[in-house]
Amino acid sequence: MFSLDTIVQGLLLGGLYALFAAGLSLVFGIMRLVNLAHGDLIVLGAYLILGLGTVTGMNPFVAALIAMPLMFGLGWLLQTRLLNRVLGEDILPPLLVTFGLSVVIQNGLLAAFTADSRKLAAGPVESASVAIGPVHMGVMPVLTLATAVAVILGLNLLFYRTALGRAFRATSDDAVTAQLMGIRPQRIFAMATGIALVVAAIAALYLGTRANFDPSIGPARLLYAFEAVIIGGLGSLWGTLAGGVVIGLAQTMGAAVNPEWQILAGHVAFVLILMVRPRGLFPRAID
Amino acid sequence: MMKTTFPAYRPLALAVLAAAALALVPLIGPRAVVQDLFGILCLLVLALNWNMLAGFAGLVSVGQQAFVGIGAYAMFAAVILFGLDPLAGVLLGGLVAMALAVPVACFVFRLNGAYFAIGTWVAAEIARLGLGQWKALGGGTGTSLPKGTTRDMLGVGPVKEWLGVSSAAASDIVLYWLALGLVLVTLGMSWAFLRSRMGLGLQAIRDNAMAARSVGVDPVRLKALVFLLTAFGTGLCGGLLFIQITRITPDAAFSLLDWTAFVLFVVVIGGIGTLPGPIVGVVVFYALERLLSDYGSAYLIVLGLFGIAVMLFARRGIWGSLSGRTGLELLPLGHRAPDPAPALRP
Repeated sequence: MFSLDTIVQGLLLGGLYALFAAGLSLVFGIMRLVNLAHGDLIVLGAYLILGLGTVTGMNPFVAALIAMPLMFGLGWLLQTRLLNRVLGEDILPPLLVTFGLSVVIQNGLLAAFTADSRKLAAGPVESASVAIGPVHMGVMPVLTLATAVAVILGLNLLFYRTALGRAFRATSDDAVTAQLMGIRPQRIFAMATGIALVVAAIAALYLGTRANFDPSIGPARLLYAFEAVIIGGLGSLWGTLAGGVVIGLAQTMGAAVNPEWQILAGHVAFVLILMVRPRGLFPRAID
Repeated sequence: MMKTTFPAYRPLALAVLAAAALALVPLIGPRAVVQDLFGILCLLVLALNWNMLAGFAGLVSVGQQAFVGIGAYAMFAAVILFGLDPLAGVLLGGLVAMALAVPVACFVFRLNGAYFAIGTWVAAEIARLGLGQWKALGGGTGTSLPKGTTRDMLGVGPVKEWLGVSSAAASDIVLYWLALGLVLVTLGMSWAFLRSRMGLGLQAIRDNAMAARSVGVDPVRLKALVFLLTAFGTGLCGGLLFIQITRITPDAAFSLLDWTAFVLFVVVIGGIGTLPGPIVGVVVFYALERLLSDYGSAYLIVLGLFGIAVMLFARRGIWGSLSGRTGLELLPLGHRAPDPAPALRP
């Protein structure tokens, strides 16, 4: 029913969604923080890369390398100055604060850059493609999926092989006991949000080179990302990748049937999976 | 702290006075004021409903625009496809919204906390994209109410004759009075519900779910009831709003910003979990809008920062902080402890 091409394109699109979702998944898994501003932070990252590229004339890939530490700093500040103050039993305050942040970032970008569509120009690599058997794939989408896998792999190594990762997991499982062991959850949270925004900068690079963006597109991207995280299961990074691929596949398959059904098909797939498995496919942590 | 509770009849008298003053506005005020106030009253209805959901039932939904849109589309379908009066369409909109809230609840009630919020948002997106496929109502580009719909609307004729105004002005006035009525009914019903046994159960769940269950309160049943009732109120409001807007598109009817984000800020700034909170919030919202209307997006930035500041420094909002500090209570929800049995009296 669906051509091999459709499935491959879905898989590749899933890579982009997994990139949107990876940072979110990390933050959500460690501190149960629902960051409703994550989509707008990715868009902010895209404007940052665009700005760096315009001022210095460098390639977006190089500009992204400079944007990454800047985004880490922003994440650290955001967590220590703002989000740490509202984290707690009640989910409403962090939800509302990040919602407010989303509105502020969106309209701040609108005031600074107007509503015009922008794009990051990556050069000839944008239109290059490779053929494997009967399927032609764009180099950029393949690079996106490869980067998503690499990011998830890297985050997993960090999570399970380093002292910081141990602190992440301990804080995720039981923040109070972790504190008794000399871990300061507030610093751990700040590190996590910093890393999440580094991943957001990488996502921004691929978002901006793939298609046009403007200040208003954050929330829709956030929703796809959240669907990927929830389908994957709380605290499972590989699950998030799987979730991204599920949304990507559902969207391209829906579009193959009727172009108007692309987004709808992704949402319907999300609902169906949660009806069967309310905690997602591979939950690691208990919420 | 000194607790100076008003005698019960005082807030009631105050409310009646305020309602009467608002009801008289169309008789003296210009049409632009009536239209403005209509928008504010509708926002207040949405805020009162969301406050019941998030502030009292602990259901933090970011997908209430689903029910605004469904109510609006049902009203349009009633007028365009069935040739009904728009006001019958509004009622239908409320009922359809409540009916569709059942499958939505079946889905989102399986999710808790943050998942619930995202689930409601996805449900609203599905409704938006789904109704965008309804070609009879214009698909993705939307459609307008037929010319003359509001002129023939129930009640417009008499009001026109009575006040000697144009049809268009008369329909604005009818809609305004209906919105005011909806505010009063929503407020009255919320108060009665929260003072009732069920409302007490709801607040008990919010304060301590475990303890509430141990005395026999069924959280899921109560929350589902609130979810359905607020869907009804939100759907009615959606129908009313779009009679005045006269044009519908999926993006406008299911706007996250207009029907959920603003509502959220109104409730949070005013004081979530209190009945007068949304009223205070809507007044602040309106004042900010007026003050900053010349600065475009700055208005939304200020609103967002205001919301964040409230969460950081005064989590109970303006009304919650005020009433906590002064002991002032309008529409109090507490119950006086029962009198000790006569035999125990000294």
